[in-house]
Amino acid sequence: MIMTRNPQPTPKVVLQVQNASIFYGSFRAVRDVTMDIYANEVTALIGPSGCGKSTLLRCFNRMNDLVPGARVEGKITYHGKDLYARDVDPVEVRRRIGMVFQKPNPFPKSIYDNVVFGARVNKYKGDFDELLETSLRQAALWDEVKDKLQESGLSLSGGQQQRLCIARAIATKPDVILMDEPCSALDPISTLKIEELIHELKQNYTIVIVTHNMQQATRVSDRTAFFNAEATEQGNRVGYLVEYDHTSVIFNNPKQKATMDYVSGRFG
Amino acid sequence: MAATSTPPESPEVAMIRVRRNLRYYLDQGFYYLTMAFALAIAITLVWIVIQIGLTAIPAITQFGLGFLTSTTWDPVQNIYGILPQIYGTLVSAIIALVVAVPLGLGIAIFLSEDFLPTYVTTPIAFAIELLAAIPSVVIGLWGIFILIPFLRPFYTFVHRYLGWIPLFGTEPRGNSLLTLGLVLAFMILPLITSISRQTLVSLPPYLRQGAMALGATRWETILRVLIPAGFSGIVGSIMLALGRAMGETMAAAMLVGNSNRINISLLEPGSTIASLIASQFGEAGRDQVAALLYAGLVLMILSLIVNILAEIIIKKFQNVER
Ligand SMILES: Nc1ncnc2c1ncn2[C@@H]1O[C@H](COP(=O)(O)OP(=O)(O)OP(=O)(O)O)[C@@H](O)[C@H]1O
Ligand SMILES: [Mg+2]
Repeated sequence: MIMTRNPQPTPKVVLQVQNASIFYGSFRAVRDVTMDIYANEVTALIGPSGCGKSTLLRCFNRMNDLVPGARVEGKITYHGKDLYARDVDPVEVRRRIGMVFQKPNPFPKSIYDNVVFGARVNKYKGDFDELLETSLRQAALWDEVKDKLQESGLSLSGGQQQRLCIARAIATKPDVILMDEPCSALDPISTLKIEELIHELKQNYTIVIVTHNMQQATRVSDRTAFFNAEATEQGNRVGYLVEYDHTSVIFNNPKQKATMDYVSGRFG
Repeated sequence: MAATSTPPESPEVAMIRVRRNLRYYLDQGFYYLTMAFALAIAITLVWIVIQIGLTAIPAITQFGLGFLTSTTWDPVQNIYGILPQIYGTLVSAIIALVVAVPLGLGIAIFLSEDFLPTYVTTPIAFAIELLAAIPSVVIGLWGIFILIPFLRPFYTFVHRYLGWIPLFGTEPRGNSLLTLGLVLAFMILPLITSISRQTLVSLPPYLRQGAMALGATRWETILRVLIPAGFSGIVGSIMLALGRAMGETMAAAMLVGNSNRINISLLEPGSTIASLIASQFGEAGRDQVAALLYAGLVLMILSLIVNILAEIIIKKFQNVER
């Protein structure tokens, strides 16, 4: 599929990574990443396993704070505000920058409670039923669950659970949605549904998606960042950004040979 | 249907047939051995109930269900009833739960979260589990010689300022239902703490991550996701603790005061079923033994009810868990 070029000449930058290195203890997992993520676009992060895609993604909403010893050097800004500044409340950050995980992880609660969870903790003032319906509709799940909202979220199939998790993330009314391999546990039909959903969501949200599926990256994303890992003198591997451009460029005529090899399946 | 011809069995296939070799017999032997153990436990339980029931028959036929509602315990005329003991058993157990559940759950949360590094929490968790290993007679002695004198000013204070509440309406004595309840709380604390902690620690990490990623604070995550997800384990620990508190004998006999009265004031001495049996069994005559065993039967049934309730609650909440 051909990517749709954004009508504005320069879209707004939502997340800006400036020379960021990410550490787990003394181990540097990712080095010197610099990239901008634009509003109302889908940005795909691709690259071989262990190159730090999830690590970088988790830094965007400070989920890496949950990992003891994880830290960021350099700067990551959100609408110009340094995410790692002292006066930033990570809880507030996560309310604006939602996340969908690789493995569907609904809470052991009813479908209803799963979706409105974020609204509840955010002290949402509006109508919960309405929020529930719009979120589930946006996640293309409403028709399948509207008659069993009180059943456990765990009673759904894997694909439905993942869409439930997307609905749950949308219901928090975030600005950015991060997705870490959201389709890797799903069948082709569910995958397609979620890809369509991502297309829909782009109107209202900024999306960053990690994927191992090249076709998926070409289908859903506007821009693609290719990461790779290289061995260091200490014997461990550090991830770095090889190339970042419009998806069509990355997949059709990338500047780097490594990118070409990877996207054409001639890697390693 | 398409006709299919069965191909001749090849020699390799013969390998998958059961061979009655040593491994087979060991396997079978192990199966029957474990089954025998399991059955032995069930049979022992039934046997105990039958034996107690048989010995208690004279008292059961004589007093019937009136045994549960009568407050007389008169070994001279051989008239027995255990209402004060049932009351004391339940009240002391409830006091114990009221104190130990919030405390135990709080400790469990504290130890399962990363407030402190694991080299601090692990020894603390271990020490709490060691509390469970203290013999109850030692705890009873500790209660008499250390806890009661220590609590006396506190009791006096409570009576002076909260005496208008009937629960604290009498002059404090050392031995009382409240003292027993507090000691029982101490004894069941390790149970609640260690089981609840295990439950919380073993919850899958993606639950916490999911909640945090939706902008929940640490406490919202604990209260809205982790505790509900671990609810069955927590309730299980509480029910187990309740059973233990109701059945505790030695500490009860030493601390409750063994007075055969129902008093609304928790500062008054009372009696529990277990303490009654323990304190009277030594010099009991035939009829009295029957009455005591009847009381024991009542206690067993009470514990059984608690356990069944626990099972029901756990089942009810398990369906939302993985
Ligand atoms: N919680 C953690 N603690 C310590 N090291 C970690 C942690 N998570 C990831 N790492 C390390 O960081 C590096 C990058 O891991 P990351 O999970 O970001 O890779 P990835 O690109 O997402 O790989 P995959 O495609 O397999 O998901 C790896 O070397 C990994 O061992
Ligand atoms: Mg990953």
